[in-house]
Parts: sequence; structure tokens; C-alpha cells
Amino acid sequence: MTMVCEQLTKEKIKEIIAKRAAKEFKDGDVVTLGIGFPTAVANYIPENVDILLQSENGLLGVGKDAEIPNDKIINAGGGHVELVKGACFYDSQMAFTMMRGGHIDATVLGALQVDEDGSLANWMIPGKMIPGMGGAMDLVVGAKKVIVVMEHMAKDQIKIVDKCSLPLTAYKEVDLIITERCVFKVGVHGLILTEINPMFSVEDIKSTVTAKFTVSDNLKYMEI
Amino acid sequence: MKKIISAKEAINMIKDGSSVMVGGFISCGAPDVLVDELVEQNVKELTLICNDTSVPGKDKGRLIENKQVKKLFAAHIGLNPETGRQMQAGELDVELIPMGSLIERIRAKGAGLGGILTPTGVGTIVEDNNETMVINGKKFIFEEPIDADFALIYGTKVDKFGNVAFEGTTRNLNTIMATAADTVIIQADEIVDCLDPNEVIIPGLFIDYIVEGNK
Repeated sequence: MTMVCEQLTKEKIKEIIAKRAAKEFKDGDVVTLGIGFPTAVANYIPENVDILLQSENGLLGVGKDAEIPNDKIINAGGGHVELVKGACFYDSQMAFTMMRGGHIDATVLGALQVDEDGSLANWMIPGKMIPGMGGAMDLVVGAKKVIVVMEHMAKDQIKIVDKCSLPLTAYKEVDLIITERCVFKVGVHGLILTEINPMFSVEDIKSTVTAKFTVSDNLKYMEI
Repeated sequence: MKKIISAKEAINMIKDGSSVMVGGFISCGAPDVLVDELVEQNVKELTLICNDTSVPGKDKGRLIENKQVKKLFAAHIGLNPETGRQMQAGELDVELIPMGSLIERIRAKGAGLGGILTPTGVGTIVEDNNETMVINGKKFIFEEPIDADFALIYGTKVDKFGNVAFEGTTRNLNTIMATAADTVIIQADEIVDCLDPNEVIIPGLFIDYIVEGNK
């Protein structure tokens, strides 16, 4: 299995995950993407699906990276961006009314750990890295659908666990977990394996998570 | 008519030990001229309330680097490694607050409310030091208002009545902080005679002093 993993480059891993996550959106959805890895999802939105990207710093209608930077228009990562038609600006209070108040259809976020209850840890590693939660806690609590995208493992560390050991970002809020190896739905009674990368077996998945899961009767292959 | 003063005069009002809110999301909409003057005058022992500590060498980040801050309330410090270093070394007391809660706590002060009830942080360490309340079967965390002696904020265009208009994503926390501090000082890219009332985002009554910034 280790050999198989090594065949997937970082680029390929990102592509598999971003492509899969992009299929989750419906035409007309308002979506907030986390900083970093989740931003790549924007590159794979199907042509027949129109979504509006929301940014917590006060912008609905985030476009592509700006060719001519304007310091007065940034996204939540501080990058200079263009606007799409229909875009608007607002203050932080309005931004979090959207996010916490249940007005965002879906959010895509990275994770350090996710567990079988759908709890998420992505904002600190005690003693090592404490960047702060920023808007993540509000977003995860308020968004209608919470999609976690991440590499299946961190080197040889298991990330899909029975119970998060790192401080939580939110308790039982995750709906879907997408890695380069599989897709899990978070069900009422634990995780359900719904899709698998054909390069891996269900046994491979079992040996790389500590979360309890069941295998869907309708298990499908992921597009890779 | 509001008083138009220099950055130096504005910052002269802020004494060691003051609490100061500073607007901006990273450097966007941050009142850099006012913060630079705060660094210049080396006002110490500050309680700083802001969204983030920016990036090294810029606006809010400079206050941390120059060790002028005793206590920091912020949502995100990850873009400025010096903040994390001082926090880990025990040199700086940092209270990290979810961004939405930070904003609503400031708003609560400005709106005369006794606090907020938010679902954000339930089941996390944010819940640990707070009271909780169950309303219609759902758990909420109670959080107190946040106030400050001063708010240093930014506006793109400010008129002589203190009315403020913005461009782009520069509004961020500036609008909320304007309501919550005893003294509000705004840095304007441009000071105009009178804004079109349709353009006004912050009503002038919230603003005490106007300082001309960089165009």
C-alpha cells in the first residue's frame, strides 16, 4: 500500500480531492471556501453550475486571482481577487450574519483531525501551532453543509479518528469527509464509506483510520 | 463639524495602559498611519482588540513587534509569527476569540446590550470559561460585551460631519468598532466636504476625530 500512496503526487492528491468536492455544489449555492487547500476547489466547479463564493472579510462574489492587485479588494487569505458579476461588499457583522445565521449553503474546510461523530479539529496544535480559529468556528456551526477536504493521512499519522485528540473547532458539525483515498458521509451512527479510490481497497481504508465506519451498499469508485 | 487633527495629536490622547480597538482585516482597511504613530510614540502596556495581528512589519503587527501590547484579544494571529512566539513565551497575554463572537461582543457594547448568546464554540474549549444557556433545546454560550478607551479605524472617504464611505473590502470591523469605544479616531484616505447621504456606511455621530491618511 505504501508504494501505491507514493504514486500519488501532492498535485494529484489535491486534484482528486478538489474535483470531488466541487461536485457537491448545486446551481445557485453560496459557498465559503477555507484558506489554502480548499481554495483549489474553485478551479473544478462544473460548467453548468453557478455558485457565488463568499469571503468572511466582506465579499460575496469572489472571482479569480487579480492580475492587477487592488489593496482594497482582498479575500479571507489576504490575496488580491477579482469580482464576479453581482458581487457586493459588506462589513464583518453582515459577513458573520451570513455565516453563523445559516445563509451559507456549503463550506469546504481543511482539517487536522475529524472523528466518527463528525467533530472537527483544525485550529490549533497545543504547544506547537496556535494560529487562532478566525472565522472557522462560526462557519462550521452555521453552514448548511460542512465538507472537510484533506490528505488521508499526515505522513503516517491517522487523521480520521474515533475521537479527536486535538482541541475541537466544532462538535458534530461535519457532513462529508473527502480525501484522495475515499469519501465518508457522517451518519447518525458513525461514518459511512460511500466512495473509494480504485487504487485502494476497503481493507486499506480500515487500516488507515481509527474511526468506526460501515461500508455503503452502494459503494462507488471515485474519479481519479 | 468634527475635529480634523494630525495623527500626532490623535495618538497624544492615548496613554500607557489604554485599551485600543484597531480596525482592518490583515492590512485591508487598517488605519496604518494611526498605528504607525502609536509605534512612533511608543505607547506601552496596551490592551489591543483587533481581528488579527496582520503580517510582520505592517500596521497592527508593528505594535506586537515593538512590545507595546500587554493583552491581546484577536481571532487570528497565524500570519504574524512574532505574536505566536510572544504568546508561547508567556510575554503576551492572548485571548483568542472566534471572529463572529469577537464582532458581536464589540457590537453588543456599541448597541447597549448586556452580551451575546452564540452557538459558536459549543463543545470546544471556548465553552470552558463561559456560562451556557439552553434555549428551545439548543445550547448557546454567553459572552460579555467588549469595550475600549479608543477605536482607531479607517474610512475611504470621510466628510466634515464624520460620515464615512468605504471602497472594497475595507469595511470589515471598522463599522462595528466605531460604535464601541469612548473615543473614535478615523483615518481617512480623503476628507470631503459632504458625502451623498446614500453613500454613508457609518453615520457621523459615531466619529470623534478625523485624521488625514494616505491617498
